[in-house]
Amino acid sequence: MTVPTHFPYGITILEITYIVASVLFVIGLKMLSHPLTARKGNILAAFGMGFAIIATILFHRKDGEPIGNIPLILAAIAIGTVIGWVIAKKVRMTAMPQLVSFFNGMGGAAAALISMMEFPHVSPELIARSGMANGHVLAILLGLMIGTVSWSGSMIAFGKLDGRIGDLRVKSMKYVNITILIVLLGFIVYIMTRDVSESRELMPFIYIMFGISVIYGVLFVMPIGGADMPVVISLLNSFTGVAAAMGGFLYNNQVMLTGGILVGSAGTILTILMCRAMNRSLLNVIVGVFGGGGSAAATEAGTIKEITLSDAAILLSYSKKVVIVPGYGLAVAQAQHICHELDKLLDEKGVEVRYAIHPVAGRMPGHMNVLLAEADVPYEQLVESDEINPDLPNTDVLIVIGANDVVNPAAEDDPSSPIFGMPIIKARDARNIIVMKRGMGKGYAAIENMLFYNEKTRMLFGDAKNTLQNLVSEIKNL
Amino acid sequence: MEQFSDFFLQHREAIFIVILSIFLGIEVISHVPAILHTPLMSGANAIHGVVIIGAIIVMGHADTTGSMVLGFLAVVLGTLNVVGGFVVTDRMLEMFKKKK
Repeated sequence: MTVPTHFPYGITILEITYIVASVLFVIGLKMLSHPLTARKGNILAAFGMGFAIIATILFHRKDGEPIGNIPLILAAIAIGTVIGWVIAKKVRMTAMPQLVSFFNGMGGAAAALISMMEFPHVSPELIARSGMANGHVLAILLGLMIGTVSWSGSMIAFGKLDGRIGDLRVKSMKYVNITILIVLLGFIVYIMTRDVSESRELMPFIYIMFGISVIYGVLFVMPIGGADMPVVISLLNSFTGVAAAMGGFLYNNQVMLTGGILVGSAGTILTILMCRAMNRSLLNVIVGVFGGGGSAAATEAGTIKEITLSDAAILLSYSKKVVIVPGYGLAVAQAQHICHELDKLLDEKGVEVRYAIHPVAGRMPGHMNVLLAEADVPYEQLVESDEINPDLPNTDVLIVIGANDVVNPAAEDDPSSPIFGMPIIKARDARNIIVMKRGMGKGYAAIENMLFYNEKTRMLFGDAKNTLQNLVSEIKNL
Repeated sequence: MEQFSDFFLQHREAIFIVILSIFLGIEVISHVPAILHTPLMSGANAIHGVVIIGAIIVMGHADTTGSMVLGFLAVVLGTLNVVGGFVVTDRMLEMFKKKK
């Protein structure tokens, strides 16, 4: 591990490694966007990261000084690796979204810590030359602010998805948030216009700014409904990217710059794509109060009709075409395996079974695909909603398992509904509809669902896993 | 104006990289099927773990106990981001390859 300090080609090797790492990030990201190459792409990017880390430890020089504290650095990396690896391997597939949020927050926190430590070390020569108003200070302050917001916001998003934190919706919230944002920007201007000889004199302002940024992150995410959480995580993800890029500015480090900005822009595009899948604008997600205004539909609801397990079993066994619409309820109940058992059983009886996958079913786009893939459901059986909708009138039975908003006809009928205009799976076109649900609670968007009151709809109440289990044994006994 | 001009000239390479990277990011991501949104977000999440490089540099030049502690923490958190991010992404994608 000891490298002679006079080793002349270190810097060259370091910079070449950074170029290689940047290229691997780009190729990795590109490959991640095709199903067949995705896994390789991820591993490629990981290798890029590994090279960059090793090269930095070995060859980085700051004013000719090599990296010190190497044993401590290696210890810190070891600790982070063990914890990260164990958490990532152990967590249930349903908890993936909050996990991504958690790791994102860690990156944000790291960026904020770097800024905090670098601030007192801004070189006095630089300050003497151009005052506090220079790019170096700006990069530090932006890194601090964005990194901290990303960290505290991600932690709230994590808590919300994990069901530990509820929504907090106050009408005046957006004004409060805008005010805090202005105060934060004001702090940046204030700090950069101070006339000091050493930056450390301004440290108290840095601590205050850190505190306000934490509050801003919390208040930014608090009012956003759970159904919009994926969008928020994706947004915070791109924030962290930008915060990391600020570090690149700071150290004139190209790999941090390319990696960070790449994620920043890719994350932003991904966020917009997600919004588009829900037919909403980003602004609407951030400041809009989603699900707060309950529509009037509830009053004219009508009656709910239940179905017994044996009736459901008979209905399914003698159908030709069955479509299953999975939702978050399926994920929570860990019912994907038993669900696959049901579809195999029906398949043996000559029933054609397909899954209708809504792009935002579950808590994240693609969430259902991941879960069902885990249960070995063949790829070809998963059909996207646009493709399956025209065929639904020919479908004998449509089973909704723990999904709600994605089959809500209010998206087509009720212009006052917050989800109006969102593309849905047109469940009510099917000949029969069976809805498996824990109870009459509303979906994540907290909107009444008229599908449940449709005359073709029959309800099967209970935990998705138990209900499916009972249904499977009922069909076996037929 | 003079300050802006100084800033620009001093950082023009970085500004070049930033602007080109923005376009690159947009190009690379467009036309992604919805099923890959989650793994892609997760993979991108791991890539911004590159902030660990900064953490290593800070830690490598830390001299006071206070900055050592913070630097240590920053390296741990950055590693969590990198390792956790890549491993979780791999776990998600592992499930896609099993198609018949």
